[in-house]
This record gives sequence, structure tokens and C-alpha cells, in this order.
Amino acid sequence: MENKGQRKELQVSAIENGTVIDHIPALSLFQVLHLLHLEGFRNQILFGTNLDSQKYGKKAIIKVSDKFFRAEEINRIALFAPTATLIEIRNYQVVLKKKVEIPDELVNMVKCFNPLCITNHEQMVTRFRVVDKAELKVQCRYCEKIMERDDMVFL
Amino acid sequence: MNPLKNRSLVSISDFNREEQISILDMAEDFEKNPNQDLLKGYIVATLFFEPSTRTRLSFDSAASRLGARVIGFSESSSSSVSKGETLKDTILTVSNYSDIIVMRHPKEGSARYASEVSPVPIVNAGDGANQHPTQCLLDLYSIRKTQGRLEEINIAFVGDLKYGRTVHSLVIALCNHRATFHLVSPPALQLPESIKWLIQSNHLTYKEYEELDQVLSFADVIYMTRVQQERFADPIEYEKVKNAYVLKSDMLGSTRANLKIMHPLPRVNEISQDVDETEKAYYFQQALNGVYVRQAILTSILGVK
Repeated sequence: MENKGQRKELQVSAIENGTVIDHIPALSLFQVLHLLHLEGFRNQILFGTNLDSQKYGKKAIIKVSDKFFRAEEINRIALFAPTATLIEIRNYQVVLKKKVEIPDELVNMVKCFNPLCITNHEQMVTRFRVVDKAELKVQCRYCEKIMERDDMVFL
Repeated sequence: MNPLKNRSLVSISDFNREEQISILDMAEDFEKNPNQDLLKGYIVATLFFEPSTRTRLSFDSAASRLGARVIGFSESSSSSVSKGETLKDTILTVSNYSDIIVMRHPKEGSARYASEVSPVPIVNAGDGANQHPTQCLLDLYSIRKTQGRLEEINIAFVGDLKYGRTVHSLVIALCNHRATFHLVSPPALQLPESIKWLIQSNHLTYKEYEELDQVLSFADVIYMTRVQQERFADPIEYEKVKNAYVLKSDMLGSTRANLKIMHPLPRVNEISQDVDETEKAYYFQQALNGVYVRQAILTSILGVK
């Protein structure tokens, strides 16, 4: 078992300071990188996907050096990676470990699926109240339509 | 202190049960004495980005009976919208010229957005298929007036229950008053699940029917709506149902003495004209009640009564 753990460590090497996002569903890796706006980020980023996970079968992991996310930044990924764990590292030591949480409100994260909604016609911020966290149903603050995960298009 | 002062009215649920009742009570006073100069010196803007003659005239009439001046437009082609102006800019500009803005707009959520950018209160006079709260309040007023109460009404909704925004708002509002809901529609136009869920979560009862005559004997109120052809992808389906929900005077024989027939208007053929002569027809008085209810809404929000 210990041997297996060491091999994993080698697959995505440790960082000195920064954030590790673990237990991301393997297929959601690139979505999560996008949601965290990491495409244009200049710090060192290590990531891997289709890694073995005892709990989830396959998983992805991201390690971002010298970056600590605000709660509202990191909780954006909860929609696609509800199982993700946030680990903050300082001097190679874990200083914080927590699960991501689906926020109560999605602000300017997703587009309303209703073509007649005013948000699709004015330059404005979209807002959705999360009405069901388990099933992930959100209600548009403006047109009041309820949207499910499959209807969501990220901004 | 008037709790409605300076509040926008976008959705029926923006006003709680007591606030809704206070509007109905005030409307009752306006019905007794409609011409009062309470809004002398005030300017009411009515911005109709899509035409709705009935609703606009009702607001104009309400404001005029209170002595207010009314400015605005009745369709967007006669406004700067046709030059490409954003809704935000229109609202910010018009709010300089008026004390309250009444707006009808084809886009859903437009009134909520306007209420967020506007320094003056917004009254939603219909935003696409979403909300039409002043219609809902006048429906509540009409029910209370004709039945002597709002509580525990047996109400039948007939026709297009899927897209009819007046139906949705009224069901939501009547959940506060322990109504029993009888839902008559073709299967393709049933009440949305989210609203049925709301009825159930309030521990109230609804029943669904496909035939209008199944509900005639026990309803206190029959709320008729128009089944619109554009809701059907298949014209054959429309042909099948278009004459299925037509109320005729000879169907009223076994109905309750207190039954009133309501309709948000305009009607097409779903209530035959011979019903108009019966004492159970209430749709034109219902429209008149809209003036008193809108008088109550304008004065409450402007904080003058």
C-alpha cells in the first residue's frame, strides 16, 4: 500500500506552497481549470487525470503553486466537481483541508437557458439561487425559470 | 409607516399575505370613491415595450382618477428602444421624469432588472410569460368580492395551464388561502410540475381533469383561459382541443348559485357570448376591478395613503 502511495506522489509532484485540489472527477479536469481561470495563470501548475482513486475509481488532481483561492472562487467548481477537496500547503505541510461547497447563489457563473430571459439581452450579471443542492437545481433571479445541471452553460 | 412605500412590485410573492390583503382593502375604498386627488402633482410613467391596450388603459385610468399625470409610450417602435437603447438606459432616463414606472416588456425578468437599476419604484405590468402581479391582485379582489371570502375557495382553472402566467400567479397567491384547485386542460397544457409541487408542499389538494363538465357542479370560481394555437407544434393537436374547453350558457344549469366565471381577457371563443348575459359572467367587472386595485397599488407604493 505504501509503495502505491509513493508512486502516486510521483505522478504529480508535491508543491512547497499553494493549493491542491484533489478528488476532481476525471472528466471534469479541464472544466475545473477553466472555471478557476487557470488557463492564463503564470504560476506553476501541475495536474493529472485518470489517476486511480480508491473512493471514486478515477480522479483528477490540480496543484497550483503560490496561489490561495477565496471561498467564492473555489466554490465555483462545486457544480462540476462536488467531490473535490481543497488542500492548502505551506512549506510542504498541509495547513487546511476542506470540501468544496455548492454556493447559495451563482453570480455571473452560468448563462440562463431561457432565450427570452432579459439576462440574454442586456449586458448584466446573471444570478441564480440554488434551490436544490442535492439535485443541483437553480432558479434565475430574473425570469424565475428553474434550470438543472444539464441545462447549464458556463460564462 | 406604510410598509409598501417605495417598494417595487415585480412578482406577486414580493408582497406577503398581509400586504396583499391591505391592497384589496384599499381597493375596496377606491371602488366606493374612485375619484380622489391623492396623486396630484405626481407623474406616473407607463412604458409599454410591447402593446397591451387593456392593461395600459387600466393603469392610465387608475392614475388619472387619482389626479396624477401620465407619460410614456405604448409600443417600443415609438421609443428610443428602436434606436438600440438598452433597457437600463431607458429606465434611468425615464426615472428622471417620473415618480413611479409601470412597465410591460416582452423579455422575462425585465421588470426585476429594471427594479434593480431604477431609483424610482417599478410596477411590473407583465414581463413576457413570467409575472403579471397586478392581474393577480385584481383576480384576488374579484374572488373576495364575489364570494365574500378568500379562504377555502373551490377554483377551477380551464385551458392553457402550462403557459398561462395569470394562472401560475393566482395559484401561488391562493396557496395562502387554503384553496382547492381543479385543473382542466389537455395533457399537453397541464400546470407545470413546479407549481403542483408548491400546492402539495402547502398541504393543499389539486385534481386534474380533461373535461370541462367534470368540474361544473362544485366550482365557486371558474377561471377560463385562452388556448393559443402557437403553443402547439402540431396543428392537428390544436384542432382537437380548441373546441374542447368552450363554456356555453346551457352548461350553467347545474352549477352553484355563487359560481362566477372569470377570465383575464382577451377572450376569443372559449366563453360563448350567450354566457355574458347570465349573472355568473364576471369577466368585465373583473377588468373594472383592475382599476381600483391599481389605484391601491399606486397610492401604496407612492406612500400617499
